[in-house]
Amino acid sequence: MFINPDKCVACGNCTYVCPMGAIYIDPQIRRATVNRDECVECYACYNGLSQEHLNPTVVRTMRRLFQMMRLRFDPEPDVCPTAAFEPDELVWPRVVRRAFSDPRVPHESTGVEGRGTEEVKTNDVSGRVQVGEVGFTIEFGRPGVGVWFREIQTACHMLARAGVSFEKKNPITSLMTDVSTGTLRDDIMNEKLMSAIVEIKVPVARTEEIVRLVWEIEKHVDTVVALGVGTRCDETGDETVVASILENLGYKLHRAKTNVGLGRITNVVEQAKPETAGAGR
Amino acid sequence: MTNTLHRFGSADSFRDDFIIFAIASRGKNEQGALDKLREFLRLAATFGPVNLGDARHGGALRPCKSLDPTSHWNRDIKPDFDAVIAGLDHITTVAAVFDDRVRAEDFLKAVKERDFGMSINISTSVDGADQCCHAAGIPRHSVGYSLGFEGKTEHLPNSHVLMLSTMCGHGMVANSLAKKMIDWVKEGRRTPEQAVTYLARFCSCGVFNPSRAKRILEEARTSTK
Repeated sequence: MFINPDKCVACGNCTYVCPMGAIYIDPQIRRATVNRDECVECYACYNGLSQEHLNPTVVRTMRRLFQMMRLRFDPEPDVCPTAAFEPDELVWPRVVRRAFSDPRVPHESTGVEGRGTEEVKTNDVSGRVQVGEVGFTIEFGRPGVGVWFREIQTACHMLARAGVSFEKKNPITSLMTDVSTGTLRDDIMNEKLMSAIVEIKVPVARTEEIVRLVWEIEKHVDTVVALGVGTRCDETGDETVVASILENLGYKLHRAKTNVGLGRITNVVEQAKPETAGAGR
Repeated sequence: MTNTLHRFGSADSFRDDFIIFAIASRGKNEQGALDKLREFLRLAATFGPVNLGDARHGGALRPCKSLDPTSHWNRDIKPDFDAVIAGLDHITTVAAVFDDRVRAEDFLKAVKERDFGMSINISTSVDGADQCCHAAGIPRHSVGYSLGFEGKTEHLPNSHVLMLSTMCGHGMVANSLAKKMIDWVKEGRRTPEQAVTYLARFCSCGVFNPSRAKRILEEARTSTK
């Protein structure tokens, strides 16, 4: 992201809206500036700020006059008064920052917006996590801290050594050059992201082992981790097996996302195929 | 999208937070899904949601790219549900946010009756979702538990800031903006209602809960934790 210094009036509104804290008023040029190392190209500034199209010279003059009189205009805090934000033309590898950080951009590998994965949200039609299995979504960088690919690499290596299988329909997996070792492509190691989800699936019996492995991984990365655990309910809609394991590990299960099982395969072509794994209930 | 899963707070703090969303799966049931998604939103609007949104365009309060300068004094802060429905032009995840369990239950019953054929999820406390499903007579299919935030949590801000900023799970509501809004409410520079609208505009998929956010800002006004 680029802030046009000819337009910027250094009002400072944008410094608060950057989730990575990468925008600041540069004291040398007295304009808002983006720290490109820390910017994850999430476009929160460009997409989230409302824009006015005021004349920068007029606004700067007024601001100076107010400042001399120790007066402060109290503008709306979510507005860029001069529409100073201009998206950069992103090229590889920097473009992966946006793919993983701007939720409006679908991931090419999966076609899914946001973090690029459907997890158990479509489990009633995808059959992604079956009875007796547990799907882990290990999200690095969330909330509001960010993560570097080199840290995700560390995590993937540790997971791979434990012999887990990475979810195929996941953007991180699609960037692996060797899925058996969890090795990611070299040229993205110095790219920073808002967050990224590593997704694995294991038998229920390995739940505790994987949680403990994630705890170990957390010691090796300088970011936060949001851990999600997805599983199938039984025929009556109950789920006690995985919940018990997690509670025994000390977790309080405050919140969950529940797939209520109303989905089914309705595409005409798909209906003609014999494959209906996990469909409906 | 784990967008709605990892909201920060205790189970009790989700007493006014029920998100019901519809998602079509590529290759499985996306044919004709755009019309169904619009109908899902139209149906939701009749049950008194506090927000509606889609993952491409955001919620019922959106930023404006050509704001009139007079808006600093008379900004329109009313959510526009019709614009959300009319603006849906891609097959994507759509969501309805409720601040009342009974309304959420009633909507879920109506969704079951309508039988969209798409995957329907509810995101709230574990017990809240269970109650909604029981009320609607639907046995749960799958559940995704949030285990919260761990690792280098020393990088995280205080609880009230986190409760506000994590209402956009994609991280588009910055911690620093949430902190600023708490400060402005404490200073009396803005009302909680006004502060909520600034935050909601940054959430790009429309799952921000303005009702819960207002309550959190009111709590933080007198005792920020």
